[in-house]
Amino acid sequence: MAQTMFEKIWDRHVIVRRGGDECLLHIDRNFVHEGSFHAFGALARDGRKVRKPRQTIAVADHYAPTRNREQGIAAVTDPEMRNMVDLLAKNVAANDIDRYYDLDSPQQGIVHVIGPELGITQPGLVITVADSHTSTHGAFGAIAFGLGASQLKQILATQCLWQKKPKLMRISVDGAIPAGVTAKDIILAIIAKIGTAGATGHAIEYAGSAIRALSMEGRLTVCNMSIEAGARCGMVAPDDTTYAYLNGRQYAPKDALWDQALAYWRSLPSDEGARFDREVSLDVSKLEPMVTWGTSPEQALTIGAAVPDPARAANAEQRAQYEQAVKYMGLTPGMPLADIRIDNAFIGTCTNGRLDDLRAAAAVLKGRRIVVKGWVSPGSTAIKRQAEAEGLDRIFKEAGFEWRSSGCSSCVAMSGDTVPAGERCASTSNRNFEGRQGKGARTHLMSPAMVAAAAVTGHLTDVRKLMAGA
Amino acid sequence: MEAFTKLTAVAAPLDLANCDTDKIIPGRFLRKLRGPGYDKLAFHDIRFNADGGENPDFVLNKAPYRNAKILVAAANFGCGSSREAAVYVMFDFGIRCVIAPSFGDIHYGNELQNGMLPVVLPDAVCAALRAQLNADPGAIVGVDLDTQKVTGPDGAVYPFDIDANAKERLLKGLDDIGLVMQYGSEIEAFEHRHAAAMPWLT
Ligand code: SF4
Repeated sequence: MAQTMFEKIWDRHVIVRRGGDECLLHIDRNFVHEGSFHAFGALARDGRKVRKPRQTIAVADHYAPTRNREQGIAAVTDPEMRNMVDLLAKNVAANDIDRYYDLDSPQQGIVHVIGPELGITQPGLVITVADSHTSTHGAFGAIAFGLGASQLKQILATQCLWQKKPKLMRISVDGAIPAGVTAKDIILAIIAKIGTAGATGHAIEYAGSAIRALSMEGRLTVCNMSIEAGARCGMVAPDDTTYAYLNGRQYAPKDALWDQALAYWRSLPSDEGARFDREVSLDVSKLEPMVTWGTSPEQALTIGAAVPDPARAANAEQRAQYEQAVKYMGLTPGMPLADIRIDNAFIGTCTNGRLDDLRAAAAVLKGRRIVVKGWVSPGSTAIKRQAEAEGLDRIFKEAGFEWRSSGCSSCVAMSGDTVPAGERCASTSNRNFEGRQGKGARTHLMSPAMVAAAAVTGHLTDVRKLMAGA
Repeated sequence: MEAFTKLTAVAAPLDLANCDTDKIIPGRFLRKLRGPGYDKLAFHDIRFNADGGENPDFVLNKAPYRNAKILVAAANFGCGSSREAAVYVMFDFGIRCVIAPSFGDIHYGNELQNGMLPVVLPDAVCAALRAQLNADPGAIVGVDLDTQKVTGPDGAVYPFDIDANAKERLLKGLDDIGLVMQYGSEIEAFEHRHAAAMPWLT
C-alpha cells in the first residue's frame, strides 16, 4: 500500500501498540537545554537516571549571554539565570551525558540550529526536544516534535514515548519564488492562510517545486514555524539538497555506512498515491514579502497592505482579536504597514539565524547605515565564526548593528536581551505574542532581508526597493 | 500523578481566543523554581498591572471567580511554547479542568500529564457557557470524566470525547513511565533490531 513519509518512519519506530491506536515509539535522538530542569528534577526524585546518555544531546541556549561571552558563565550576572545554566551542567554530569555543548564550546548554539549543523539531525529519525520548535528538524525528513517536561522525563528514563499517530496534512507549495521573497515569507503566507490552529492535530509534509527549490536553511525556516500553524511537526522529503548538506558533518555516517544510510533515506519520500487527511496548496509565484502587524503569527500581510480595520473583521471573535492586537501594537486601522516606524532590529533565532540568513541581511546592509538599535545573534557559535571568515560581521558593524554571540537572545528574552516596553522591533523570530520579546514589547515578524531594510529606513519597508538594480 | 474523576466547582470564563502559553506564564518567569507563590505567576501580565497591583478587569481577580477550579476558554487555548510551567501555574492556582473548543497539541498533552482534564466542547457550547458564567459570576459547573459529561450552570448536559488511554490514566492517576516498564523485554528486542538495521546511528 502506498505510504506517506511520515508513516514509513513512524512504523519503523513503533515498539508496541496498546489499546488500539496508542504506540510506544522509540526516540532516536533527544536534545535537552536549560529549560529541561523540571524533567531532570523529577527524574532524580524518582531515583532514576538517563537510560541512554548517548542518545541525549545537551546544549545551553535559552539563557546564553550574547554579550561578554569570552567571560563564560561569569557573563550571566542574574543569579536565577546563572542557576539555569548551572543546573544543566549538573544534570548532564549526573547522568553521564557526553554530548554537552556548554557556553564555552565552539559547537554551542541554539538547539535547533546545532542538531543539523553537527549532522545529528538526519532523515528517517524520530527526534524530540522539550521545545515547541523541534519541528525544525523535520526539514531533513525526520519526525521531530516538541513536548513538555513530563514527557521529556519519560524519554530520559526510557528512551521511548507513548504517542498517538497524528493526522497527516500535505502542503504543496509551487511556483517560482520571486526575487526578494524567502522561506520566511512562504511560511508566514501559509500561516496567514490556514491560521494558527490550521494544522492542529496534524503532521505537515511540505511538498512542491518551491520547497524543492529551497536550500536546507530555507526548509529549516519553513519547518520551524509549523508549530505556529498548530502542527505537531513539519517535514520535507530528503533529496540531493539534504544529502549534500549532511555529507561530511561530524555525526553524519561515513564511507560504507553513508551508502547504507543513503539507501534508507532514498526510500523515505511519500509514495505516489499516498493518502493525506488534508491537502492545502499555495502558489508562490506572485508572493510578496510578508510582515506581521498583530500579536499572532497568523496576523501577517504582504508589505504593501494596510493595518486591518477591526470593523471589517469576519466575525465578532475576530473583531475582538483585531481590536486587542491593534491596541497592544499601538497602530491605527487602515494605516499602510510601510508607515509603521520601528525602534529595534533583531536578527537571529532558530528560525532565521543561519548563514544564509546573515548573508541575505548583509547584502541589504552593505554600504548603508541603520537608523535604529540593531543586534545580530548568530544561530550558533560556528555560524558566527563562519560569518566572520566571510567578513559579514564587518558589514553588520559598519552598518551600525551590534555583533553578538549565539543564543536565543531576544526571541524569548529569557537571557535578559529584552525589547523595552512600548518599543517596536522588526524581528526574524517566530512569535509575536504579547510580551514575547519583553513585557510590553511590540514585535513584527519578517525575513532577515526585510529586517535589514526596516533597520535602514526606520520603518517597515519592502526590501525589493533596496535590492541591487531597484 | 493526582487522579481526576469528577469535579463540581466554580468556573471562570476566559474570553480570549488563541491564549498562548506565554500569556499563561511569561518567559521571564520560567527560571523560577516551582514552590510557594508559584500560583501568583499564572496569567501574570494580564492579571497584574505594571505597579504589581491586581488588574480588576481580569476574571480571576473578581471575587466570585477567585476559587475557580474550572476555566471555560476560547479556541486554541495553550497554543505556542511547550512550557509545562503553563500547567504548573494553573494547577497551583487551583485549576483542574479547562474547557475549550480547541487546544494547542503540546499543552493538551501537558495537562493530561499533570492530572488536569482538558475538555473539548464545540465553539458554540463554550461561548454559551462563557455567557452564562459572565452573567452569573460564581456559577457552578460539573465535570465527570467517567461518564464524559459536563453539566452547565443551567443543568444542560454536554457529552465530550477523550482518548480511552488518556482517560484510564487520568482516572487512576497513572504515570506513563509505569506503563512503559511493563514492556521491558519488547523494548530491548526492538533496540537490538533497530541498531542492527541502522548501524550508522552511533
Ligand atoms: S530561538 Fe526562540 S524559538 Fe528558537 S529555541 Fe530559542 S527561544 Fe525557542
